[in-house]
Amino acid sequence: MLKRIWATPKGPRLVTAVNNSVIGLYYIGTAFLFFVLAGCLALVMRAQLAVGDNDLVSQDLYNQLFTVHGTTMMFLFAVPAVEALGVMLLPQMLAARDLPFPRLSAFAIWAYVIGGLVFFSTIFYDLAPKGGWFMYPPLTNTEFSPGDNADFWLLGIGFIEISAIAGAVEIVVGTLRTRPPGMTLDKMPIFAWSMLIFAGMIIFAFPAVILATMLLELERAFGWPFFLADKGGDPLLWQHLFWFFGHPEVYIIFLPAAGLVSMIVPTMCRTPLVGYHLIVVALIATGFFSFGLWVHHMFTTGIPALSLSFFSAASMAVAIPSGIQVFAWIATMASRPGELKWTTPMLFVLGFLFIFTLGGLTGVMVALVPFDWQVHDTYFVVAHFHYVLVGGMVFPLFATFYYWAPMVSNNMLSERLGRWVFWLMFAGFNIAFLPMHLTGLLGMPRRVWTYPSAMGWDALNMVSTVGAFILAAGVLVFIIDLFLRFRPGNDGPTNPWGAGTLEWLPSDVYCTRSIPHVTSREPLWDQPDLARQVESGSHYLPDAPTGGRETIVTSAIDARPQYVLQMPGPGWAHVAAAAFTAAFFLLLTVKIVVPAIVCGILAIVSVCVWVWELDPGPHKGHVDIGAGIKLASYMSGPSSHSWWAMVVLMLVAASLYLSYVFSYLYLWTVAPQVWAPAGAPALPAAAWPAASALLLISSVILFVAADRSLPKPGARNLATPLLLLLGATASVAAVAVEILGHLGTGLLPTASSYAAMVHMAAALTGQLVFAIVVMSLFTAARYFTGKLDRVRRVTFDNTKPLVYYAAAQVLVGLALVHGFPRLIG
Amino acid sequence: MRFLRTCPALIATAVILSGCGGDQSVLSPFSDNARTVNVLSNVLFIGGFLILAVVIVLAGLAAFGGAHLRRRLAGENAVVIGGLVFPLVTLTPLLLYGYALLGAGPNPLDGQRPLKVTVIGEQWWWRVIYTDSKGDSFESANELRIPVGRPVKLSLTTADVIHSFWVPNLAGKVDMIPGRTNTLTLSADTPGVFRGQCAEYCGGAHALMAFKVVALPAKEFATWLDVEQSQAREPRSQVEREGLELFLANGCGGCHSIRGTAARGTAGPDLTHVGGRKSLAAGVLPNTAESIARWIRDNQEIKPENRMLPYRSLEPGELSAISSYLSSLR
Repeated sequence: MLKRIWATPKGPRLVTAVNNSVIGLYYIGTAFLFFVLAGCLALVMRAQLAVGDNDLVSQDLYNQLFTVHGTTMMFLFAVPAVEALGVMLLPQMLAARDLPFPRLSAFAIWAYVIGGLVFFSTIFYDLAPKGGWFMYPPLTNTEFSPGDNADFWLLGIGFIEISAIAGAVEIVVGTLRTRPPGMTLDKMPIFAWSMLIFAGMIIFAFPAVILATMLLELERAFGWPFFLADKGGDPLLWQHLFWFFGHPEVYIIFLPAAGLVSMIVPTMCRTPLVGYHLIVVALIATGFFSFGLWVHHMFTTGIPALSLSFFSAASMAVAIPSGIQVFAWIATMASRPGELKWTTPMLFVLGFLFIFTLGGLTGVMVALVPFDWQVHDTYFVVAHFHYVLVGGMVFPLFATFYYWAPMVSNNMLSERLGRWVFWLMFAGFNIAFLPMHLTGLLGMPRRVWTYPSAMGWDALNMVSTVGAFILAAGVLVFIIDLFLRFRPGNDGPTNPWGAGTLEWLPSDVYCTRSIPHVTSREPLWDQPDLARQVESGSHYLPDAPTGGRETIVTSAIDARPQYVLQMPGPGWAHVAAAAFTAAFFLLLTVKIVVPAIVCGILAIVSVCVWVWELDPGPHKGHVDIGAGIKLASYMSGPSSHSWWAMVVLMLVAASLYLSYVFSYLYLWTVAPQVWAPAGAPALPAAAWPAASALLLISSVILFVAADRSLPKPGARNLATPLLLLLGATASVAAVAVEILGHLGTGLLPTASSYAAMVHMAAALTGQLVFAIVVMSLFTAARYFTGKLDRVRRVTFDNTKPLVYYAAAQVLVGLALVHGFPRLIG
Repeated sequence: MRFLRTCPALIATAVILSGCGGDQSVLSPFSDNARTVNVLSNVLFIGGFLILAVVIVLAGLAAFGGAHLRRRLAGENAVVIGGLVFPLVTLTPLLLYGYALLGAGPNPLDGQRPLKVTVIGEQWWWRVIYTDSKGDSFESANELRIPVGRPVKLSLTTADVIHSFWVPNLAGKVDMIPGRTNTLTLSADTPGVFRGQCAEYCGGAHALMAFKVVALPAKEFATWLDVEQSQAREPRSQVEREGLELFLANGCGGCHSIRGTAARGTAGPDLTHVGGRKSLAAGVLPNTAESIARWIRDNQEIKPENRMLPYRSLEPGELSAISSYLSSLR
């Protein structure tokens, strides 16, 4: 029965699949494809740099190559690959049937696949961005980068922003709410911990780059001067926002990889991880410190010595949690009872340990400001971050491929070829990147398409190029291994490495036959009979009591079973939503506006169709999950998984807004001369913001009233949709009043950075209000189809907090925009 | 410390012996500023190497060591000592050392008043403006001449996008950012020619945006300054006169200045004393009459996307007249 319910769609309907084990493979496969493609670009660059004064590729192509290489590796490979592993491994490790929002993952993946491929293909049409992966303005504004190239970068980033946020929602709710009964937080596998922290970092880091890309696109498309020094903008604002995201990004990539290593080492040593709690603290500390480091990318911008000192100290402090993890792995190896298994995954782990330690040490070096002044933007830094990223992420990823392949494939990968893969990659990597430290010290800057032979860098560059091709040969052997041995399916060996965690239970598309009760961190080691018990269905949820896809939702800290989550199955709507979203952004990028808007509307319609069936209602009542426990099959309010997802989204919105508040105040410190009241038209009279605030408060009151008015099941009460729509209208009016008030004073967003910032506040709230309107209309439609009442109310429960949040955000915004200039004036 | 001071010299020697040039290198410092960073680098390299070696040995022990050796590494104590105590003990003094060096560099107050020079980064060359004590200023390009032993205070700005000014033999880099003026105090303690290069990606021909810093003994510098400040030398031969006429007739003066002639353009580099510079086109070509001619005709091939038009319609004779005139402007 489970097999039928969870069956993967066949033929062309395969694209409608939503199960994590299927789409996880699409996800990791696409990410790996981008790794190979961006790697090929790197080989072209290395070929060009092999000798001085080379003209194999042109200056313009080279500039596109390194931009696309960096962007693809960071945004289309590293982050998605890590999320893909989360999608693929987390439900198995937590013995959950699927992630809590299967179609959301599938949507994010399709948007990423389409958007990513289109972005990458621009390199073939001479349309690729060429401003570097960091896209510093003013080089990337329309004056110095006319043409659509830079817009394609913003587009590519747009997709990864969508899929990253979607991933964060899945992972937070997945790790906190879909753990098996008994798996308290301190029994959670380290990988799940690292993914939870990863998701938390995405929530606080990505909004900064989302805001930055919005500002840059507004400057490019409509001339809002956020970064133009002539009009009170500042190019450094971009750098602050970009690196406030960009530095945590490094740890966003590294932490999950470290989590993977913490899973592999204990298995290969047949002993529990030493220092589990220390590692969890180290992971949290890394996440925390990583937000205090961003300025170390800006040491040469002429920032005052005091802030340099602070960021220098923070940059060094982050070495400590990494050190703790390194020594915990060493201690685990040392504490093993028997022989170490020299398997391919273990080789990659040891390779990682060496490369990452070296990268960490050069990281401490560049954290020292005077040293950084010399090596910043040279090949020394190129060497440093490849050691950190390839060492810290790619090597653990290959360890993962070899280690977890049997979980998703009918065969294990070849240990014999695996050794070739490892040694070629390890040798090639070090031959390529170790000499670059010296090349940089000898004065070779980054991002140069050629250099004079007279500089004496030829020999070192030739060695690097040879190394790069050896590294590529290793990846090629891996691809051969994949073709020979990798066959997706569930007939692989059950627990070939003798691991202790749940993903090695016998499983099928539906994960395990029954969901085990967990009593320790390594249940398979501590309960030798567990596999048989789970397989015979003697644990929780052995069949499908609701008759559909479902999993158990447990409490966040101590994992007590709370309710049975009914999940959607395959569908076309989310695929259409992804395709139309991709089309919308693509058409906007090439400025075909009307079809773009049509696609945008179709995307919203598709989303509505997709979520229409997600509020199944309580009619299935309580169901028996085994062991004499009966659970509700429906939940609304603060215990429900969807409410938690809304909270995550609001945290994203709040950190986006905080980035905005920072930007507003930052630009004021740079260019107080363009600020009102002295440098701009006087603010609108206090009545305007007061009216806006009143409208918002009334929208909140209307929603409270709508909440009270929800009818009993089966009854009707027309007041509900009326109050709902009135509330949404009030919030629209509030934003409209704010915009009209400023336009009334003659303040146009193109006039100065101040004016642009004022209108930006309304633009950000406008987005929220747009969401509120769509969600309110959707909720009203639920009412009119009889799917909304006092019990069946998830759609309403999701809209309500957004209204409250929007009101809070606008009140803060009004205080800032109207209060601050009055305060300083 | 003696070792740390001689070590850079050893590395530099090794590097030079191995055929690597050192005129754009962190490893061959020619100023106090660059030398302190160089000592710091050596502390870092030696320390980093030792720590890496220790980690490798410990990992090796954990992997291959006997049960007795391994037991010492196995507990949480080892994790705390290796991962927390050790980094705290080593990083704290290192950080303080780094702080101490933050203010390093020549002190502009001791000795003579600093010479003031403004360098403006432009896509893809350097405008250099000298200002004397009276406040008079004059322009040069792609080459900075400084007196040995006297601090030079550079004001660094940009005319377009972000660039970064970097002469590794003399000092670390400082960015040139629209709307801001950053400063860098430079000094050289021996005469020499050092190469610098833009270190912040600035689009198109970023790779071809270099310059020379020429450190001259005080007297030679004073002589050079006198000449550089003066107007361009009159053409002396028939060819040179023809060259000037062609220069003006082809509209070159729309972008370039030659002080003392009708050429007053400001978009491109000032050519008043172009013949006396060490290189052409921001460090791309050697400065000879032939390369001037090549540049005028083929500049888009030599340095793609640069802002000068290629003058392909000029006859070979005209080209050589212009180039011999420009070459004579010393």
